Amino acid sequence: MSSKRQRTLRPHRNGAAAWLYLLPSLVVITVFLIYPLFKVLRMGFYQKYVFITDTGSGFGLDALAYVLSDPVYHRALSNTCFITFVGVPITVALALGIAVMIDSIPRFKGIFQNLYFLPYVTTVYAVGTVFKWLFHSDYGYINFFFKFLGLEPQAWMTDPNLVTLSVTIFTIWNGLALKIILFLAGLQKVDKQYYQAARIDGTSRRRVFFRITLPLLSPTIWMVSMISFIHAFKTYSAVVAMFDKEAAGPGNSAITVVFYIYNMFFKKGQVHYAAAAAIVFLVIIITMTALQKIVAKKFTYYG
Amino acid sequence: MNLQTSALRMGRFMTTVKYILLILGAFIVFFPFLWMLTTSLKTVGESISIPPTLLPEKLQWENFQNAWNMAPFPRYFGNTILIAVVGTLLTVTITIFAAYAFTVFRFRGKSLLFMVYLSTMMIPTELLLIQNYVTVTKLGLIDTYVGIILPTLASGFYTFMLREYFMQVPSSLYKAAKMDGCSNWRYLWKVMVPINRNAIATVTILCFITQWNAFVWPLMVTTSDEHRVLATGLMYFNLSASSAVNLQMAATTIVVAPMVVFYCVFRRQIVSGIARGGIKG
Repeated sequence: MSSKRQRTLRPHRNGAAAWLYLLPSLVVITVFLIYPLFKVLRMGFYQKYVFITDTGSGFGLDALAYVLSDPVYHRALSNTCFITFVGVPITVALALGIAVMIDSIPRFKGIFQNLYFLPYVTTVYAVGTVFKWLFHSDYGYINFFFKFLGLEPQAWMTDPNLVTLSVTIFTIWNGLALKIILFLAGLQKVDKQYYQAARIDGTSRRRVFFRITLPLLSPTIWMVSMISFIHAFKTYSAVVAMFDKEAAGPGNSAITVVFYIYNMFFKKGQVHYAAAAAIVFLVIIITMTALQKIVAKKFTYYG
Repeated sequence: MNLQTSALRMGRFMTTVKYILLILGAFIVFFPFLWMLTTSLKTVGESISIPPTLLPEKLQWENFQNAWNMAPFPRYFGNTILIAVVGTLLTVTITIFAAYAFTVFRFRGKSLLFMVYLSTMMIPTELLLIQNYVTVTKLGLIDTYVGIILPTLASGFYTFMLREYFMQVPSSLYKAAKMDGCSNWRYLWKVMVPINRNAIATVTILCFITQWNAFVWPLMVTTSDEHRVLATGLMYFNLSASSAVNLQMAATTIVVAPMVVFYCVFRRQIVSGIARGGIKG
């Protein structure tokens, strides 16, 4: 009896209907996500490109060679790397510390959560404007605190050697909220039995943190780091907010990779250079994603 | 016994240290908002005094009125609400359709296409803006609502997220409904959507925040005040009021406030939505 397949209950192929449901989403994804990807990849290899008519001619690595030897692009790359590889580890460490503290206190958890989460919903541009003034050399609060602590006030917004640091500090502040939310969620998933067992065994707090919390949280830490590195590498709005759409600080000293791409496109109208810079950007993003996937597989502990 | 009390005391001490650090941190996180608010109520002189003063002597409420009148803020508000609401509704609808197609239907190339959707999550949108600008220009949609909204409508990420939830609805339910002669359309609206209303609400809220806070794309495709949103309008306002910090902060407060209210209302859903992986960018 049971060996007889009950074909009648199985839904028949309903392909046509499926495509109808997919259609709107598919059109938008194709036109505004997939097509531009290939188009930009092609654009970067044109030797000449006319924006108005959307036509290019020639094929070669000239645009790529130009971008890779452009000192402004070098500056953009090194600034972006600073924001990413200095800023993100600091943000992740701070967020982890704050999340672990919030998770372990007996009272007022909710209040702290609300306060720390707040920046998540605010526009980067708006809060960036606030930071622009907080960093002001003469009447900004950051220099006021510096003087208060007996430190030398700095020209945060006008010294070309400091501008990227200022942007990085802002991105650290701005990135904390999201990471704290994610870490708190991760901590909630950690089985509290481990802690009870450790307490019964009389394990020290430090040992508990390094031997239990951290390993159990490692998948979350890698997930958060991965998102944050990639997100930081795309820094643009923060620079526009603190400086200007036209120029990233004195002599473009705070320029980032994405700022370079947009500037090349909108201000200089050099579409093929913008596209070439975008290709380099894509290669870096893909490499970072791949590397982190490999590292994550090797070092994270899945309990 | 002695050891236990000292451990207890140590624990209490650590808790106090944690509270102090957390309050200090919260102060740093909150200070920019506090400064924004107090500066928006200062006179120009107070806002650029050396050393800075945190509180204004007399609250200058008229700063808000002045800032409000200096730029077409009602227009920016209207545009932002329109774009965020329409953009969110369309995105959610399109995403529900796509997620539904990837759940109950069987068709050729389904898994391959889903892989394509998944991989679009990896494409940085920054890369696409160049060509999308060209496309929107060609379509004659520069400086239009359609031009601002259209390219943001499909999301591989939200599709993936909703599909995960849709998949949890037992397929026997679908089969039973089919046996009873229920159409796909009816099944979607009478079963799938109501069962997953929490997940859909989460996607809606996250999408709304993203749409409301959108800055780069609206900045690029709008050329006049007519279609500017709050965030980009604020930028042009700041350029025109470059020396009046107090007015800039009044304008910034106007821009930031709605989202803070929104956050207070939907805090629980925002936080749980993000925690469930509802983040992108």
